[in-house]
Amino acid sequence: MDHSAAMTLEGGPVEPGMGVPNLKLGMWVFLLSEVMFFTALIGSYIILRAAQPEAFAEPGVVLNVPLTAFNTFLLICSSVTMVKAFAAIEHGDQKGLRLWLLATVAMGACFLGVQAYEYVKLVDHGFVPFAAGYAAEGGALYGATFYTMTGFHGAHVTIGVLALIWITVRAFMGKYTRASHGGVETMGLYWHFVDLVWIILFTIVYLI
Amino acid sequence: MTMDSADVAVESTHKKPNYMAVFVGLAVLTLVEVGVAFLGLGRVTTILVLVGLAVWKAVLVALYYMHLRFEPPRLIIMVVAPLPLAFILVLAVLTEF
Repeated sequence: MDHSAAMTLEGGPVEPGMGVPNLKLGMWVFLLSEVMFFTALIGSYIILRAAQPEAFAEPGVVLNVPLTAFNTFLLICSSVTMVKAFAAIEHGDQKGLRLWLLATVAMGACFLGVQAYEYVKLVDHGFVPFAAGYAAEGGALYGATFYTMTGFHGAHVTIGVLALIWITVRAFMGKYTRASHGGVETMGLYWHFVDLVWIILFTIVYLI
Repeated sequence: MTMDSADVAVESTHKKPNYMAVFVGLAVLTLVEVGVAFLGLGRVTTILVLVGLAVWKAVLVALYYMHLRFEPPRLIIMVVAPLPLAFILVLAVLTEF
């Protein structure tokens, strides 16, 4: 993108500073704060697990790895559909934008459904956040850290799905064009970030 | 010079990444991860390999899906800057044990 000429995108004029529209810069700054937020949660988990390894179960003993591996694949697929939606509107393809956005919403919602199902099963087996005694292996610390991390990520996905629905409604109203689609790009950044966090979480929480 | 937004054909000058290739890479790396987790390698080896694979996947998403690869250097520096701090935060406290 030729940054020397002042261009008008939905995100406002490209300021000389960073060379990207303000909307995108704002989202990136927000996502960087989210990096520190999830670093605190995941960092705490790593530290608590290093301090009390016996309070945590081995991979696959309490948590359902095949189910969450499928869920990881689902979220990766939703990243592809999101980036396809963006690529479509970059070429002015309104129909493609709408279809790919609908697919992203559907897969995001499925991810949440699978996570809810996983939680119900875990609670059935006695794996709950704070109770001292467990039916399943692992201590209160395991439940507390697990539900905190995956719960906050799930909340981010929920917010993302709701925002995606709003973006999709605007897409059907024809609000986005080849020359003006900053909202789609910004939404994409958030959605890919949520996928990126889950990639780290899935590995550290479920596989190690 | 402000271009009239109606006429502006925002032609992204950067080369389009191959989204499907990145997708296949992410899917394959996820399968490899699950395999490694239950391969029975030593604990430290397993952790190092898994964390390496997870970081690799995260970098792929950031570079090609979040288009960081095609952004101005200043934005890339801004995005990368907090990562060492995050690493230091965890490492510093880990050394307590």
